[in-house]
Amino acid sequence: MTGFSTLFYKEWLRFWKVKVQTILAPVLTALLYLLVFAHTLRSHVEVYPGVEYTAFLVPGLAMMAVLQNAFANSSSSLMQSKMTGNIVFVLLPPLSHREFFVAYLLAAMARGLVVGVGVFVAAMAFVDVPLPHPGWALAHAIAASGFMAALGVIAGIQSEKIDQLAAFQNFIILPLTFLSGVFYSIHSLPPFWQTFSHFNPIFYMIDGFRYGFFGQADVSPWLSLTIVTSSFIGLSLLTLSLIRSGYKLRH
Amino acid sequence: MTPAIQVDRVSKSFGGVTALDRVSLEVEQGEFFGLLGPNGAGKTTLISIIAGLTRASGGTARVMGHDVVKDYRAARRALGVVPQELVFDPFFTVREALRIQSGYYGIRDNEAWIEEVIEHLDLTSKADTNMRALSGGMKRRVLVGQALVHKPPVIVLDEPTAGVDVELRQALWRFIRRLNRDGHTIVLTTHYLEEAEALCGRIAMLKQGAIVALDTTRNLLDRHSGCYVVLRIEPDRLPDSLAAHVTERLEGGAYRLALKNYDEVESLMATLRAAGVKVQEMEVMQPDLEEVFVQIMNKN
Repeated sequence: MTGFSTLFYKEWLRFWKVKVQTILAPVLTALLYLLVFAHTLRSHVEVYPGVEYTAFLVPGLAMMAVLQNAFANSSSSLMQSKMTGNIVFVLLPPLSHREFFVAYLLAAMARGLVVGVGVFVAAMAFVDVPLPHPGWALAHAIAASGFMAALGVIAGIQSEKIDQLAAFQNFIILPLTFLSGVFYSIHSLPPFWQTFSHFNPIFYMIDGFRYGFFGQADVSPWLSLTIVTSSFIGLSLLTLSLIRSGYKLRH
Repeated sequence: MTPAIQVDRVSKSFGGVTALDRVSLEVEQGEFFGLLGPNGAGKTTLISIIAGLTRASGGTARVMGHDVVKDYRAARRALGVVPQELVFDPFFTVREALRIQSGYYGIRDNEAWIEEVIEHLDLTSKADTNMRALSGGMKRRVLVGQALVHKPPVIVLDEPTAGVDVELRQALWRFIRRLNRDGHTIVLTTHYLEEAEALCGRIAMLKQGAIVALDTTRNLLDRHSGCYVVLRIEPDRLPDSLAAHVTERLEGGAYRLALKNYDEVESLMATLRAAGVKVQEMEVMQPDLEEVFVQIMNKN
């Protein structure tokens, strides 16, 4: 094995060994959202014509799970390694900054996608969800998980304490995901919040992803994918330059 | 021959505080080299720069001729580091931790060597135990193993015996001596000066980020030309003229006196005789590294 594939494998094992907590728990959380929101709102809300609210909710919840878990994986892994000091095990070997970044990135994307698939499959037991354009859904899921995984790498490197990371998660990631149209179409929002949503990259992730399921969305899937992919690439370049400079890793 | 480690005018400051000030030293291949100094002298910072864990503010460091920044892959492949802190990854067993560490160096089919490392470090019975369940001493052994998985020619041990019991300490030294005999270069920092004296062929002493002594252990000991005399006398009343020589009053009433050289023993005896004091017990001792260390640290 190469240094890169070992680091990827190690990062994969890290969440796979505790999959009850890292995969099953978020799937269950998403199902609880589905249960509660679907039963209370089903008869009141119709977002897209002919699409039942319960079905509308599933892609949003799946994507939210992808995003949160991709972020959680890279950020908490780096944070814990820094806190416990075992980060030296990956800083001492001859791994390049690219290998380092891509290994953490791919493992975090993998966890996000595994959880996302888990949510989708579990939801299928209760709801019929169409999937006419799987390619659009997959492309958005990959680019979006990559964006959040890279953001997680930055947050993990940047944070020096658990509460800094928690603040990042609770005050930035969580509001952005909740205000991105997971539970609603942004067309149902007042004009100010509609405009505001257009500056939130997570809105495009969920909107484009949902297009794969219903063939309709708030904006064109091409626009979403362009925005999500370029945000992902931009953020990756920033993360790479941070790692290369040794920022907060090699003081 | 290319030096194992070459440090050239390396400086490091952390926000205005100078941790290292233009430190230069070379360690030849096959040496057993000691890096001594009080806490905060810059030993760990220097090791971190050599290992690429910290970037120097100025100067260069090379491992087996490879610059630790420009040619970091070759430099890191040539170096094994046992960190001072007892760090471990709680997700893995001993064998997994060693396999993963070996994989980071891109080594294929390393199983035979990994098994050998496990055996030599007496970890066979714990090989499939999770790292979390190991005692501190066992974790220390795994750290040594992790530094050796890629068979590095140069091994750096940062206080490997801090807080380790006697038995493990001796086992560890036997193993490290063997590695040195097999041709590995060893660089060691330690607080136990008797360890450094017994093991290291050459020693650098650091104080406040600068090298204050760099010589063979033998020369450092010789440089301290004096000797010590431990005396028990009857009556227990040392003549006043000798009071300046006393360094310590030992338990049981013996005096410990520092002399400039062995010739002074003669005048010491004469003074005692003239004062009517009888010698009950007497021992003349060579200075050890601790004395040399204290002297050098106080002088600079």
